[in-house]
Amino acid sequence: MAARSHRRSTDQVSTRRAAYEARQRRRANVIAGVSTFGVLALLLVLVPLAPGWQAVKASFFDGEVFLRTFPGLLQAFVLDVAIFAWSVPLIFALGLAIALARGARNPALFPLRIFGAVYVDLFRGIPVVLLVYLVGFGIPGLGLPRPWNSPYIWGTVALVLTYSAYVAEVLRSGIESIHASQRNAAICLGLSERDTMRYVILPQAIRRVVPANMNMLVALQKDVALLSFIGPVEILRQAGIFKSLLANFTPYVAAAIIFLCVTVPATRYADYLLNKDRNARS
Amino acid sequence: MKTILTAAILTITATAALADGHCAAGKTLTDGTLTIATGNPAYYPWVIDDAPDSKQGFEAAVAYALAGEMGFADEAVTWVRTSFDEAIQPGAKNFDINMQQFSITAERDKVVDFSAPYYTAPQAVLTTVEVAEGGAKPTLESLKGLKWGVVASTTALPIVMETIAPDQSPLVYDDNANVTAAIKAGQIDAALFDLPTALFTSAVLLDNGMVLGQFDPEAAENPDQFGMLMTEGNPLKACVDEALTALSDSGKLAEIEAEWLQEATGVPLIK
Amino acid sequence: MPDPRLELRGVTKSFDDAQVLKGIDMTIGQGEMVCLIGASGSGKSTLLRCMNGLEPVDDGAVLLDGLDIAEPGFDLAPIRQRIGIVFQSFNLFPHMTAFDNVCLAPRRVLGETDSALHPRVEALFERFGLGSHMHKYPDQLSGGQQQRVAVIRALAMTPQTMLFDEITSALDPELVGEVLDVLRALRDEGMTMVLATHEMGFARELADRVCFMDQGVIAEEGPPEAIFSNPKRDRTRKFLASILR
Repeated sequence: MAARSHRRSTDQVSTRRAAYEARQRRRANVIAGVSTFGVLALLLVLVPLAPGWQAVKASFFDGEVFLRTFPGLLQAFVLDVAIFAWSVPLIFALGLAIALARGARNPALFPLRIFGAVYVDLFRGIPVVLLVYLVGFGIPGLGLPRPWNSPYIWGTVALVLTYSAYVAEVLRSGIESIHASQRNAAICLGLSERDTMRYVILPQAIRRVVPANMNMLVALQKDVALLSFIGPVEILRQAGIFKSLLANFTPYVAAAIIFLCVTVPATRYADYLLNKDRNARS
Repeated sequence: MKTILTAAILTITATAALADGHCAAGKTLTDGTLTIATGNPAYYPWVIDDAPDSKQGFEAAVAYALAGEMGFADEAVTWVRTSFDEAIQPGAKNFDINMQQFSITAERDKVVDFSAPYYTAPQAVLTTVEVAEGGAKPTLESLKGLKWGVVASTTALPIVMETIAPDQSPLVYDDNANVTAAIKAGQIDAALFDLPTALFTSAVLLDNGMVLGQFDPEAAENPDQFGMLMTEGNPLKACVDEALTALSDSGKLAEIEAEWLQEATGVPLIK
Repeated sequence: MPDPRLELRGVTKSFDDAQVLKGIDMTIGQGEMVCLIGASGSGKSTLLRCMNGLEPVDDGAVLLDGLDIAEPGFDLAPIRQRIGIVFQSFNLFPHMTAFDNVCLAPRRVLGETDSALHPRVEALFERFGLGSHMHKYPDQLSGGQQQRVAVIRALAMTPQTMLFDEITSALDPELVGEVLDVLRALRDEGMTMVLATHEMGFARELADRVCFMDQGVIAEEGPPEAIFSNPKRDRTRKFLASILR
């Protein structure tokens, strides 16, 4: 009886509580709107009053420079997207392999465990930029012939080394977060360790670490720009070239906007997926 | 304590020296001191051993000659370090003048002030013995077929793109060290540097380096000229230009150039 | 007495410093239904987990159809299909439908093809009244339904012996009945079963034998009537008094 009357109150707006809640919601919306508008207005009024604003505006927000450089930047961004696209599958494949190596229980595989641990410590510990330089210039410097000394190849390798170490740790934490009872249930059904991992533990672990991995991908999309240090002219470099030519920082602002156009929807999409998943399961 | 005292005394002497109506009086950041910025680090042959106060190197020598011409004693010269980006950002600066091979361009001139040029650098093609033996010649036709690398923030990039217009798009780097690394790694065939840098890199940094040829600075539409960088509207500019003209007229500037950037003999002109 | 399906001889088990099983001797015959009763922590769950090798025993022997599965280094995988277990917390795989939960092990372990497996599994679901819920995910099912799926999942491996570890303890009271009905049906078809349970009424009604466990030993055992109506040991009496009050 109590449950039924409660349900009615959420479906129809006729009850006293529902009317009260609707009033509260309207009130909250108005307050949020007014306060947002107020903050924006203050920013728009106060920032131009700063003594250096004119100089900053000319250097960072030059509309003409923006329009002139935007198409070139967009074209350079295609390279960022391409590097990102071919790095991601490699990162996840290697990350998964390392995560599994670290979790190996068989004593014969102990060297693999050690390797996994060293790998993760090493490549998480080195800043990406250093690795891009070391791998990007260092390995081709050993005397590889073209095209195998390409900065695109070895820059990608550097990104994959770093990010697979992070992804391996994320996956491992996901694997460890799956309750032992799941493993027990699978083992008691006669599943092998391998099948238990593949069909029971991993699918759950991977789902659980989707948000962490999405953050990783957003970070990767930005770190792709580090490959510019070893030659490729992607968007950050193209912005730097425009900056030098025009003595103006607006191209950097334009590049930032292009990045945001990709990364903001990506993070929002990840949130959406998570919420959908959560709603489907409750 | 002793150092501070000495510095104080020097400052007093220097201030006294400038008090009698010198052009720069009252126009520097610290009265009586000329604060000059160089790169971090500063390179041969512009500054030897990254020690500008040793007066060794072309820009170090020019700096002290200029300071002397403007009425500053050697002790009244203070060095600071800046990056390229810091130098052209809007806002207050921590130097009076900045010397690190800034090419004078109209676009940059809108944001900062440049002195009269103190050096006109020809651009030169740095490559390796292997590439030269592979058939590369100092002709535009031959240069087109090479894989190029350039430093992003110099005017070398437009020269490569417009004058040479290579078949493959060039790779672009932050600084000379990275271009050199790319040559070592075999990722690029050739790079465009100003002649002194090209000679230094070829001789000291590369085992198999060579300077294939140089562009005629006079023949170029916009010869690359180095100017000293100052904040926009800096009143000091008039004094710097006056001193530079005097150094140029007296032949002192050419003398310094001959000493530190000797004639690049044996590097042919590119046709 | 029928041939022993499962025989325990002097089984001991410790966790760290605490000895949980202090020498258990027990014989379970073909088609027998044995209920383990006793307070929480008396060792019922651990005993069940030793019976299928999920917990390795410290000492003693566990003979399943004459094979000593407690032999250190014994490869347990091949015998798992002969002895099924259902847990208190269901432990269904949440990322698979009920149907896929059931099919996974027969497919991977027995190598059954879908054409043979699907009709068999569908029949199991129908038989336990879950025909219309097969393709739902575990969290779309009630606790009682989930526990029935867990039973079906174990049965799909066609075990000869089934272990049940307090499988009604996590259920709302109104859902206990439907799960007990499943056990009743299994008993009627002659499944050999060992249950750890708090359902005294059920144990009394259906068990062939009841074992009262206390502090790691079987303190008293016998037919349900004898244990519940006329317990010989003081400890048994106290326990029953506390739980049947």
